[in-house]
Amino acid sequence: MPSFALLCQALVSGLLAGGLYGLLGLGLSLSWGLLRLVNIAYFALAFLGAYVTYQFGSVLHQSLAVSILVILPCFFAFGVGLHWLFKRFHVGEFGSLLVTFGVAVLIESMIQWLWTADFRRFETPYGSSSFKVGSIFVPTLELAAFLTASVLAVGTWLWLSRTYVGKALRASAEDHEMAAAFGINHRSQSYVLSGLCASYAGVAGVFIALISTLAPSQIWSWLGVVFAVVIIGRLGNPIGALVAGVVIGACEGLAMAVLSPAWAPIVSFSILIGILLWQPKWL
Amino acid sequence: MTHPSLDTKRRNLLSGIAGGLALGLGAANVKAAPTGKPIRIGSTLSLTGPLAQTAALHRIAGESFVDIANEGAGILGRPVEWVLLDDQSKPEVTRSLYEKLLTVDKVDLVIGPYGTNSILAAMGVAQRYGKVFIQSSMGIPKLGGSYDMQFPASPFGPYPEKDYPAKILDCVASLPTPPKSVTVLTSKFPSAQFMAEGMRDVAKQRGLQVPLYLEYEFGTRDFASIAARVKDANADFLWVGALGLEGNQLLEALKKLEYSPKLHFYLYPAPGPLLAQPEAKNVLSHSFFEDHPPFSNRVGVAKLSPMYRARAVKAGVQYTQLDSQGTGTYNSFHLLASAVEATKSLDDKVLGQWLKKSTVDTVFGPLTFNGTYNHGPDRMLVKQVQNGKWVVVWPRDVAGAKLNAS
Repeated sequence: MPSFALLCQALVSGLLAGGLYGLLGLGLSLSWGLLRLVNIAYFALAFLGAYVTYQFGSVLHQSLAVSILVILPCFFAFGVGLHWLFKRFHVGEFGSLLVTFGVAVLIESMIQWLWTADFRRFETPYGSSSFKVGSIFVPTLELAAFLTASVLAVGTWLWLSRTYVGKALRASAEDHEMAAAFGINHRSQSYVLSGLCASYAGVAGVFIALISTLAPSQIWSWLGVVFAVVIIGRLGNPIGALVAGVVIGACEGLAMAVLSPAWAPIVSFSILIGILLWQPKWL
Repeated sequence: MTHPSLDTKRRNLLSGIAGGLALGLGAANVKAAPTGKPIRIGSTLSLTGPLAQTAALHRIAGESFVDIANEGAGILGRPVEWVLLDDQSKPEVTRSLYEKLLTVDKVDLVIGPYGTNSILAAMGVAQRYGKVFIQSSMGIPKLGGSYDMQFPASPFGPYPEKDYPAKILDCVASLPTPPKSVTVLTSKFPSAQFMAEGMRDVAKQRGLQVPLYLEYEFGTRDFASIAARVKDANADFLWVGALGLEGNQLLEALKKLEYSPKLHFYLYPAPGPLLAQPEAKNVLSHSFFEDHPPFSNRVGVAKLSPMYRARAVKAGVQYTQLDSQGTGTYNSFHLLASAVEATKSLDDKVLGQWLKKSTVDTVFGPLTFNGTYNHGPDRMLVKQVQNGKWVVVWPRDVAGAKLNAS
């Protein structure tokens, strides 16, 4: 039987890992829920953001702020551009899945061409830092990722629920024609949202660079668990994505501590299947 | 069962060495440049996908072999051409590409790809077409036992799951304070898991405690909970069936818990990044070859080593020293070329028969293929990070330095 300290440590590690799941799932959840576009390219964008962070930090020796200042506007523009293509070619929900899969493969190939398939690691003085609460170690970077995910999720939720643009976006997602009859210009607002979603992927990328080891093929290793997070958290619900990420992360952490690390990948899908069978009202 | 006479054995040994030297000397003493129709050798490597990082090293070493051969007299006086295709780290793609190599590209000979799963896929095709199949990275030798024309270029020996754990435990038992307990942690990647099970069993047989045996999925991203369990077990020796950067990830997770293993071993790590990690001081790992004496004095290394380094730097590879990985593919080419030169034939059956009865002098030392699963004795080594370099520390007779306690 694992010790109490081990269980607590695994729970904390899982909770914090879940923050990154939520952060990665945020863009996909909003895009899928409010724009009806299943954008897999966000995974590749996140890794592109991670490699750009690595390049600025490890190769060009620039501060992290420079990476963020470059990534956010560029990714926003990329998101807007991608959305223009979707609109231009009338790409639907399922079409977007295929198109963005292709975009993700293209980005993966570009990453491999630019940075090779070799492992890349962005070494920072604070990379392995942690602090102690009682007998539990709290890793600093994972905590920062969790807090950033929380701020973005809550901020986005407030934006969607309290502002005119946010309400308009939700109304358009609910009933596009009715919203248009009330004078809502869904087109321009959807560009803003698409740009934001891509920027969120960039923010996730910065943390991936700081926390993880980079290899182009790892783009796909996040796909399953983040899809589960997005569906469990309800499409278009930023706080739901964060909560689902945290729940899955915590369950994975406990499964690794109590059972075996090999069980961890099963956890997210078991929860997903369980919830789909349960069919709660909030789903 | 009959045993060959000493004279026969000696003749085979000499013919093998002659075959090997034919290439080395051919390259050293500039002969006439190779002419005529190239000998086309086909293979795939994982140029993309999860195995691409390591396969890149195999590519560099393979291309180095081809260049060295063509700068010399080629093979049988003919130039060598490597028809290399990208199997995307997928066995099903590997299978199709070997079919293509043999039926569309019509290569003369084949060598194996990188990675056990891809090797098994390619071996099935080679078997169907009766091709000699030399591979360098099948970590589970018994899987190659179904095809008698499969030959291992890397000397794992027939039973590495028993022999190598015994060697590692002999190595750490030589320390002033030998470990009394071992945590065995492994990726579920087949060749690592296979070795980990052996490590657990051999450790128990030797009376060591195994407080924790843990398997994790290949490609695990988060090592935090695994690290917590390793810390909780707090064994004297941590043995990790790690691939690529998993060792680095585990060490970073352990550092966040302010835990440092007393003595630790990583099976198939990415050598450069592990070397660079401060927490990896004195870590142990697996090897067949390191670029220092006596290994660097072996056949072909004098030419291969600088060429490999130059190519690795140009390719942007992090770890540019010649080591076991790339040397495996170089050795596959070397064995094939030795057989062709010795027999003056491209007939796969003739080549296979020659390999079975010969001893070939290689970068991994003299290799034979007349044992179980076509393996000779194992030539596995234990290496250690010392003063920012990988150096072989076991067995003692070939060690480049004395084993350091952590």
